[in-house]
Amino acid sequence: KCVYALLKVVHNLPPVPSTSRTGFAEFSVRERMREKLKAARSKAEITLLQEDPSPRPRRLKSIRERKTDFRLDKAVRRCIVSCYSDNKKVSNDFPSAEEAYNFFTFNFDSEPESIKAGARKRNELNEEEEAEEECMFALKIYSEQLKKEKEFLFTPSMLAVPPSEKMPGNMQPRYLEDEGLYTGERPFVSQSNQNILENRILRQEQEWFGDDGKILALPNPIKQSSTRPPIFSLEEGIAPELETVYRKAIKMTAANQYLVGPGDFQGPFQLDIDISGLIFTHHPCFSREHVLAAKLAQLYDQYLARKQKNLTKLLTDKLHALRNAVECSIDSGDAGVPRPVAQQSIPEYKIEIRQTRRLRDAEQDKDRMLLKTIIKVWKQIKSLRDFQKFTNTPMKLYLRKEEVDQRLDEKAYEAEIQAEINELLEECMEEYEKKMKEYKTELQEWKSWKTTQSKKKKKKKDIHEEEESVEDCDLGEERVKPIPPKMANSLEIEQQVREKAENCRRKPGEPALIPELVLSGSITPTELCPRAEVLRREDVKKRSAFIKVLFNAKEVSRTVTRPISSDFRVHFGQIFNLQIFNWPESLKLQIYETMGMSSTTLLAEVFIPVPETTVLTGSAPMEEIEFSSNQRVMLDHEGVGSGVSFSFEADGSNKMTLMTSGKVSNSVSWAVGEKGIPLIPPVSQQNTGIPSALKNIDAIASIGTSGLTDMKKLAKWAAEAKLDPNDPNNAALMQLIMVATSGEAHVPDFFRLEQLQQEFNFVSDEEFNRSKRFRLLQLRNGEVAEFRNYKQVPLHEREISEKIFQDYEKRLQERDVIDSKNYLDAHRAVVANYLQKVRESVINRFLIAKHNFLLSDLVNEEEIPSLGILGLSLFKLAEPKRPLKPRRKERKKVTAQNLSDGDIKLTDSFSGCSCFEDIRPFVEVSFQRTVCRTTTAEGPNPNWNEELELPFRAPNGDYSTHSLQSVKDEVFINVFDEVLHDAVEEDPERGSGIRTRVERHWLGCVKIPFTTIYFQARVDGTFKVDVPPVLLGYSKEKNLGIERGYDSVQNLSEGSYITLFITIEPQLIPGESVREKFDTQEEEKLLQAAAKYEAECTSKFPSRKCLTTVIDLNGKTVFITRYIKPLNPPQELLDAIPNSSQTAELVARYVALIPFLPDSVSFAGICDLWSTSDQFLYLLAGDEEEHAVLLCNYFLGMGKKAWLIIGNAIPEGPTAYVLTLEQSQYVIWNPSTGCFYGQYDTFCPLQNVYCLISCDNIWFNMQEYDSPIRINFDISKPKFWKSFFSRRLPYPGLRSIQPEELVYQDADKAAAVELQGRIEKILKEKIMEWRPRHLTRWNRYCTSTLRNFLPLLEQNQGKDIEDDHQAELQKQLGDYRVSGFPIHMPFSEVRPLIEAVHSMGVHTIDVSNVEFALAVYIHAYPQNVLSVWIYVASLVRNR
Amino acid sequence: QLCRNLSTFVYSFSLPQFPGFDDLYCKFCFVYGQDWVPTAGLEEGISQITSKSDVAPTTLVWNFPIDITFKSTNPSGWPQIVVSVYGPDFFGNDVVRGYGAVHVPFTPGRHTRTIAMFVPESTSRLQKFTSWFTGRRPEFTDPKVVAQGEGREVTRVRSQGFVTISFNVVTKDMKKLGYDVSPSDMQNPSLQQSFPHFFQ
Repeated sequence: KCVYALLKVVHNLPPVPSTSRTGFAEFSVRERMREKLKAARSKAEITLLQEDPSPRPRRLKSIRERKTDFRLDKAVRRCIVSCYSDNKKVSNDFPSAEEAYNFFTFNFDSEPESIKAGARKRNELNEEEEAEEECMFALKIYSEQLKKEKEFLFTPSMLAVPPSEKMPGNMQPRYLEDEGLYTGERPFVSQSNQNILENRILRQEQEWFGDDGKILALPNPIKQSSTRPPIFSLEEGIAPELETVYRKAIKMTAANQYLVGPGDFQGPFQLDIDISGLIFTHHPCFSREHVLAAKLAQLYDQYLARKQKNLTKLLTDKLHALRNAVECSIDSGDAGVPRPVAQQSIPEYKIEIRQTRRLRDAEQDKDRMLLKTIIKVWKQIKSLRDFQKFTNTPMKLYLRKEEVDQRLDEKAYEAEIQAEINELLEECMEEYEKKMKEYKTELQEWKSWKTTQSKKKKKKKDIHEEEESVEDCDLGEERVKPIPPKMANSLEIEQQVREKAENCRRKPGEPALIPELVLSGSITPTELCPRAEVLRREDVKKRSAFIKVLFNAKEVSRTVTRPISSDFRVHFGQIFNLQIFNWPESLKLQIYETMGMSSTTLLAEVFIPVPETTVLTGSAPMEEIEFSSNQRVMLDHEGVGSGVSFSFEADGSNKMTLMTSGKVSNSVSWAVGEKGIPLIPPVSQQNTGIPSALKNIDAIASIGTSGLTDMKKLAKWAAEAKLDPNDPNNAALMQLIMVATSGEAHVPDFFRLEQLQQEFNFVSDEEFNRSKRFRLLQLRNGEVAEFRNYKQVPLHEREISEKIFQDYEKRLQERDVIDSKNYLDAHRAVVANYLQKVRESVINRFLIAKHNFLLSDLVNEEEIPSLGILGLSLFKLAEPKRPLKPRRKERKKVTAQNLSDGDIKLTDSFSGCSCFEDIRPFVEVSFQRTVCRTTTAEGPNPNWNEELELPFRAPNGDYSTHSLQSVKDEVFINVFDEVLHDAVEEDPERGSGIRTRVERHWLGCVKIPFTTIYFQARVDGTFKVDVPPVLLGYSKEKNLGIERGYDSVQNLSEGSYITLFITIEPQLIPGESVREKFDTQEEEKLLQAAAKYEAECTSKFPSRKCLTTVIDLNGKTVFITRYIKPLNPPQELLDAIPNSSQTAELVARYVALIPFLPDSVSFAGICDLWSTSDQFLYLLAGDEEEHAVLLCNYFLGMGKKAWLIIGNAIPEGPTAYVLTLEQSQYVIWNPSTGCFYGQYDTFCPLQNVYCLISCDNIWFNMQEYDSPIRINFDISKPKFWKSFFSRRLPYPGLRSIQPEELVYQDADKAAAVELQGRIEKILKEKIMEWRPRHLTRWNRYCTSTLRNFLPLLEQNQGKDIEDDHQAELQKQLGDYRVSGFPIHMPFSEVRPLIEAVHSMGVHTIDVSNVEFALAVYIHAYPQNVLSVWIYVASLVRNR
Repeated sequence: QLCRNLSTFVYSFSLPQFPGFDDLYCKFCFVYGQDWVPTAGLEEGISQITSKSDVAPTTLVWNFPIDITFKSTNPSGWPQIVVSVYGPDFFGNDVVRGYGAVHVPFTPGRHTRTIAMFVPESTSRLQKFTSWFTGRRPEFTDPKVVAQGEGREVTRVRSQGFVTISFNVVTKDMKKLGYDVSPSDMQNPSLQQSFPHFFQ
């Protein structure tokens, strides 16, 4: 504590380090108070210090006391000491030797008195400060921590240091600059930094200050002017430093691709490169003759190559063979070969013959052309030589004539032509026949068409003449009569064949010409040549060439420079041995030409393929690699140049441009070492060694290429050439091909990213897919509904039964199959199927969105408390501890995932009910077939005040939010009357006694869906009990003031009400809606306005929900007003009753008859999907908003003023109602029940009104209250209602998404009657099923009577019915005690009907002689809306 | 019974190193896959409060044994222990001092694991101050999130210290079912031929 006080003293003296802390400006007032306190305290402290004879050791000791584990290090100690010495204005800041000695040896505990003194002093102070200290306790603690930090930290002050402190002794500062000495410019340091530094140095050593009292500093090293030349940008507006410069991308050569690691050197690897020579096929110094000679040489080469192949001969032979084969097969058709085979092969042969012939003709043509060109070029050369009078090339062409036997030749020629003609004729015939066939069919068609046409015409003419225009159209389409094909003329064909033969074939008897090129000609010596030619020859002599060898783009060697000979050949004949370490990536030859002594030009670069590992020195063939250069050379002598156009013709036409080109003959091979070991890199050598995955694959790739690519070609050729695989000659070849193509040593022609994947596949893919266990795991991982919560996947395959997948597979199969069994109605089955699909797609989207997290999902963080909240919490302190009217406290919420079966209970408590007269009612709650009941109360206004608990089981044991939301179960709260019947039974053994039989009669029920409870967390309120219009055996109190209409507050006695409170224990957190931005077609501006409007509204009234945009069935955001549009109700309803007010009710009832299906059930709480009215009518299912929108639209269509109310109601929670203005009164309609309430109706289920929506605006409730009773519905008052579209943002005329008009299907009465019968049968079966131990008798007479009542009930909409059922039944049946009632429901599917009948509990009666009666009536409304009435009764014969 | 046992038996005590904090206690729970079932022992628990000793070494020791046995049919979802450490702050409010998780070792025997602990950070400086002031620091909604990766990218955390746990692990029938978890030398990583069991 003492040190702490001391620091405070220090801080209060100038310089004050703490003032530099500005972080707590907001607490300035408190700060000031604290300063005052500190000042007072420091004063006391100073006096204390002065009194104290030896303050320092005590202080240090106290540090030791406080921080046992903290060793004071030197710096801190010095800092404290210096602070202290500063206080006393002592310049020497180090502790003296004596002090140090004292510090380490002093017995600190021997001075308790001084501490006490200090403590006493502090106590006095404390008393004074007590009041302030209490309120600032927290702050002080925080500052205390800061102080504690300051114990160890020294913060130098920012204030200027007086010069006297910086100068030793009493010296005056001396300014060298004033004395005329050059001091240089000091670098700029900000004044505050300088001050901080000075303050710090002052605590340490003094010698840092110069004579002028400033810190010593070197002159500023930065030069005034830059020594570098400024950069000027070429481009305007870009700083020169930022200008970008294009640099060509350079491919990094993988220089570190060593074949072997440095460790295991296996000897040198050697490539032998043999460069034998260079031949120019064109050179700038070529004379014209050279050009022609080169051309001739080229042509001759071509000729030789063709001759070697001799395709013409080959094809001719083949043709002959084929012809022979055809003839043979025709001749020996019925002999050796089975007929069909022969028959089949003949057309094939023929096709083959045609192809071969065509090929042969083409080849012959080419041969002839080649020969012709050779002769032509030779003639050109000769004429050129004559013209220029000298010879440059030694070329000579001899044409050798080969005499032939004219007669034989002619015969062969003629035979050939004949054969061809025959074949062609045959071909033509075939074609003709084919065409003829086509023609005939066409003609047939045409004829039949013609006859029908004419018939039509006749008819038409007979009946109508007006339709001529139509006929014209028909006639316009008249078909063209097909033209019969022409027969081919044999003469024509012959002529064609002969012409062709003349063109491309040697004439019969003409000698065959064989060209022969020799280099025996003599070249004219230079002396005899003209000057230009002499210059050219001299130029050639000056030129020489050499070749550089580049390995991996590095020059490794070069040939000697050899002159180019007069025939433009260069001979090198050099072999280079390359010892290599790097894997050869590229081998390149660069061809250079030097001219005289001066210039060297790069002519061309030639890439040489790296040899296969099988190519070894000695066996490598010489290869010629062509090169060409795009160099442009123009010469002033006879040379034609390169890239320059020149002509052989005198007039300069027919220009040609030649580029320098040539061939390098070389060979590259792997060297063979001394012992005959090839010096090839180890990749291939190791092939047989240790199998390593990586090397294996590489080896296959590298070895295989040569062999296998050839193999492939071979296979291809074999397939094309139709090699006979059974021929023993081909056996070896076929086997080779088989191996090559079977893929055993197969070169992958694809790129594989994960080469090693295969290594890790420990089972094959098929086996993988077959595994049931794996499949189960995969499905679970994919969150497929059936398997999402599958626990403990069995370890062995055999332990998984096939049954597990059955349901899933069934579902997959039946996805598209419409099952009408459960729906009894084809349309509803289709709709259910459609809904299922929509649901699946939405759920998939939800599952994806579920994996996106926000910070708030993961981290709980307190919000920053605002002033309001702080005030509220203060206010809370003043609240009474036990208020007289306690409110229910919010309970702790439990995240759904931790729950398991049996954890959740529904708690219902009942307090009151107003009911019928003279009854003993009790309440039975059933949920998921668990039934609980209260005790029986007495009288018409019973009070139970009981709490019932019902267990809850989630489907499939899945307690996730997602699954809980889709629980479809409902809580049935049934009110029963307990009736006691005294039955006197004579028992002969025990004498007579009175037995009381308890019967229970259903009175009414309230249904609350589980989802409502789940989303609301609690359901609290008074609910109207659904009481059937007739209860046999009961009579209602007659209402006196039956003033129907809108103007009266409905009477309390109108219905029965029950007050209840339902909640879930523990409380579950309802799932949040998906945070997903939906697609939209709305304008961005409108959406922004909507977001702004919503934000404004919710900031004022956070509890009121403001709705501007909703999501339609396609998952798109739609502005809400687009849903409101006047629509026509079914005409049938409008016509039914002329009275207008009744019609509105009828329409409301029609809307309510459309089954209710909450979105949260179908779409698992993901989002509220709004369907349009036509979609709604098609789907025949929807929740409150769809009902409300449809009803509102109907009302608008009927010319009423109507709005959609977005609000909160019990038991639905957030919901949509409809508001209408009727005779200056506001009426609220519940669209899902069809009931209506006046604005001031206390039993209106609508509790809060948030906003109103019309077709062109939204109004948000800005009034203090939101209960419909207490608010003003006058939307024209902006004070009460904040409108979305206003003068600032006018309504842009949004097009409605509703259809123009609703089209209704007519009510299908026949189907309704059929359905009626089926439902009756099902229900009867069910009742019998529920009474397994009793005989269930059906009273037909009663049933038929009941059946007669039902249509009447429907007609009156269940209202205003006279209670004469009882009397009538009595009259008809006689002495029966009848109890029963009709129930009314909209029809969606059978299950709810069964549930409803079950919950009524009529079947539970177990009197021995009971009889039952059950009647069903279905009334069909337009668009397949069905109203179902079920009359159930039990009869007991009175004795 | 359909599933065979594949049991793990854990015994552990912890030894936290949290510089500057004192009077810490820890909560633990296990996170495991769907195929795992605890057959004995407590899945969740809370330890006693431990304080620093006056004499060196000034480490905090809980020496808190946990006994738990699992059975499973699948090695996927191997149990992890999630530890969250709490302690009083300056004002005496219990605040979280760190979260951490570690897999239970696969191999039988005694193992020591040191878990690095961390806490979520406040979203802003002002939040940091108010949370410090009110003693309601940011916490994970569920400590189990530290055992999984999903959603963690939205958080920021600060490391806070270490907790040392020793495990004594016993397994049963692992080898019989084709899982060889006995330590093997690195030269011969034993890819067992019994692997296909997994899919049988």
